[in-house]
This record gives sequence, structure tokens and C-alpha cells, in this order.
Amino acid sequence: MSHELLDALAKMGFWLALLLQVTPIMLWVERRAPAMMQDRLGPNRVGPFGFFQAIADVGKFVFKEDFEPATANRGLYLLAPMLALVPCMTTYLVLPFGPELEVAGRTILSVVIDSDSGVFVFLALASLGVYSLVLAGWASNNKWSMMGAIRASAQMISYELALTLAVVAALVPAGSLNLQRVVEQQMDDRLLGFLPAWGVFVQPLGFLVFLVAMFAETNRLPFDLPEAESELVAGYHTEYGSMRMAFFFMGEYMNMAVLSALAATLYFGGWSLPGLDLTQYSGIVPGLLGMGILWAKIGLFLFLYVWVRWTFPRFRYDQLMRLGWKILLPLSIVNLVVVAVLVISGRI
Amino acid sequence: MELAIFIVFAVTALVSSIVVVAHRSPVHSTLSLVVTLLATAGLFILLGSPFLAALQVLLYTGAILVLFLFVIMLLNIQRERASSARSPLQTWGALVGAFVLAGAVSRLLWDAHAESVAPPLTETFVSLRGVADQLFTTYLLPFEMIGLLLLLAVVVAGWVAKRVRAEADEESAE
Repeated sequence: MSHELLDALAKMGFWLALLLQVTPIMLWVERRAPAMMQDRLGPNRVGPFGFFQAIADVGKFVFKEDFEPATANRGLYLLAPMLALVPCMTTYLVLPFGPELEVAGRTILSVVIDSDSGVFVFLALASLGVYSLVLAGWASNNKWSMMGAIRASAQMISYELALTLAVVAALVPAGSLNLQRVVEQQMDDRLLGFLPAWGVFVQPLGFLVFLVAMFAETNRLPFDLPEAESELVAGYHTEYGSMRMAFFFMGEYMNMAVLSALAATLYFGGWSLPGLDLTQYSGIVPGLLGMGILWAKIGLFLFLYVWVRWTFPRFRYDQLMRLGWKILLPLSIVNLVVVAVLVISGRI
Repeated sequence: MELAIFIVFAVTALVSSIVVVAHRSPVHSTLSLVVTLLATAGLFILLGSPFLAALQVLLYTGAILVLFLFVIMLLNIQRERASSARSPLQTWGALVGAFVLAGAVSRLLWDAHAESVAPPLTETFVSLRGVADQLFTTYLLPFEMIGLLLLLAVVVAGWVAKRVRAEADEESAE
């Protein structure tokens, strides 16, 4: 096997090893953090601070009966949970996690696919996630699932527009679709002499649009209409149980993680940290440190997800659509125009 | 290696596109179309244009076909019944279409073997920069006109929807 192939496999393994930890840790955080916010204890019996609760949860999923509704469309019913993992298992390929590495006399890029259309590859693969929800809802042959699927398709398309326009605006200062260039531009420039030129300081409006659209794209509260449990039982995954249900969970949490990684890369300097020059280290250390910094930023976003979930009530469906089309979309266009004008006039 | 990947994607695209027209269930047809478009996106990558591939997946499979599925599900279209009574217009239309397609394909094959082939698509032409260069210089006018056309379609669709709703309101008022 060639060196390039081995490098790519090593980098993918590195990413996957970290990504797969997101679900169990988030299962625990999602129980303990709201308990903290609501002044109660939360699960604290299994292991230190109840940390092994996640393992108990996984055990429950594994040993539950694998149930299948008799009227379901079998092939698509079985396919849908697997599709839930497609976006999160592929989009990380274009995310950079460090500077160029010098290992054993070879230069290795800290990104699996170094493409000049990187961020579009990310968005394209992320946009396939909606099929999992839609097919799960349709193939289950259940009215609640169906309602969830219809909601999911309309919601995800509506918010994808605002999200994509926010991303486009975030790319303008760097002048490249390659996320590594975007990180380098944020790292090198300074705003007003002291602020790092992070996207969030350059275009706070764009970041706000991206953040809201990000919550809607991952179907998290306050936008979890496709699985609104008070109206639709569990929405698109009503008819799923055991590990198939767990696949949807994994997909949801890992999608949150990769979208958080994109947010960190576009608006918070990605793997870079102001005042820390990673290139002073040799070997694979800059890659490991960069990955650590990136994941620290991802972790903050993941906590924000939990925080928001237990703070805001769910939107009504018409409010959701109005917010997406009449507020976020115009705002993202305004943001794009403003950023473009600023860049052309040389102020950024 | 490249040939093997090409064959995989090409066969997938061909088989799934046959399923699109042959399958009786609209949902399965749409899903086959998704597979066709993904396979063609793979071919675009082989041709050296990941940008076009990403755009195809983002726009067609990520948005347009999701809307197809949305409409099919919203109207709850069931499996199409075996249509014994096919209108003669359909048959003749299909025949004419098949002839036109056969002609176009044979013309393409003929041209491909002739000496005076159009210059092959170079990497600089199909890359993001190349596409942008062509789009905003040589083809700027058609590009802008398509934008205008799409805007018109959106405005008219909004107007029609509003009028239908207004009529429904009037009827309920009476």
C-alpha cells in the first residue's frame, strides 16, 4: 500500500476513534447537565458521577428485542438507521485539524481530503442526512412517523438555504473553499490590532444565522419538530427500537459534533489558538494539539446544544417556517452582501 | 484502478436509471434517481471536478429530490397500477423520443471516434475557478437571464398560491 493511502487511513481512524466517543459521553452529559440546571442530582449510581450510566444505556439498547412492524417496507425500514450515520461518517474528511506535519521526512497534510471545494463537499454530504429521517418515517408505515418525515424534509431544506448562505459569507474573507485556507486566514490576520480575525468577530450576524440553522439541521430543540414527543410520540423513529433506535441517536449526536466542528472552523479559528504557534513542535505533536484544540471547541458547542435544549421551548411549526424563510434567509443574504462589500473595500 | 471505479459507478448509474423508469412505486423511483445522481457525481470526481460533484449532490439529491419525496409523501401517492390502457399518444411519444435519443447518442459516438474531437475538458476548465471564470465572463448574460427566469417563477408561484387561497377564503365567506 502506498504512503498516501496509509496516511489517509490513519487520519480517518483518528477522527473516527474520537467521533465514536461523542454519543456515550453526550448521553451522560445530557442527563447530568440538565439535572445540574434544574437543581437535582441526575443519575449518579453507576460509576463515579454516574459516568457509566452511558454504558448501562448502551447495554439496554443491545439487549432489547429487535422489533419490526409487520406493515413496514422492510428494505427501506432497515436502511434508514444506517443512512443516519452517512453524514457524520463522511463529512469530517474535509475538516483540517492542524498545520502541515513533518513525519519521517515526509510532509503530511492534517486533513484527509485536501480539496479546493472542501466546504461544498461537506455541505453536500451533510445534505444527505435528511434521507434517513424521511425514509424512516415513510417506511415505518405509521401516521406519526409519516408526519415526522414530512416535517423533517420541509424543515431541513428550509434551513439548509440559510446555513449555506452563512457558510458562503464565512468563506469570503479567506477567498477559498478550502477549509485549511479559512483557518490560516483567521490565524494570520488581526482585527483592531488585538482580536484574532475569527469569523465570529468579523461577521457576528453570519454566525448567529449559522448557529440557528445548525440547531434546525440537527433537529435539536427548539427545532425538534420531526420527533416532537408531545405531538408525534417520537416522530420519524416511533417504530424503531433497540440498536436501530441507537443508530438514530448516534447519528444525531455525531452530526451535532461534525457541524460544531464546521462552526468552530469557520467562526472560531478551527485548530488554531491565538498566541500558540503549533509549527514550533515537530513530528505529529502539532496534529495532536490541533485536534485537541478543535475538539475543545466542539465540546463547547455540544454543551451549548444541551444548554439550549433545556432553556428554550419548542417552536410551533408555522413559527419555524417563518423564522427560516422570512428572517434567517434575508439576514443571511444581508450578511453576505455586507461581508462582500467589506472585503472588496479592503476593510477585512 | 480508475477503470474499475468508473465501471462500478457507470453500471450503478445505468441500472438505477432503468429502475427509475421501470419501478411502479414512486418512492422507489425517486430513491433510484438519488442513486443515479450519486453515481454520476462519482463520475464527475473521476473526471477531476469534485466541485461539480458536490454541487450535484448538494442541489439535486440534497434539495430537489427531497422535495420530490416530500410531495409524494404529502399526497400519499400509492403504487401505480399496471396500466393496460396506455394512450396511443404515449406510445408514439415514447417512440419519437427513443429515435431522437438514439440519434443523439450515435452522433456523440461518431464524433468521439472522428479526428476533429472537441478539446477534452481540462482540469483548469472543470475546476471551481474554471467554472466561475466561464460563468461570470463568457456566459454572464445567459447566467443572469436564468437567474431572472427563476425569480419570475418564484414570484408567479407565490402569486398563484395567494390567489388560490384568496378564492378559498371567499368561498368559505359565502
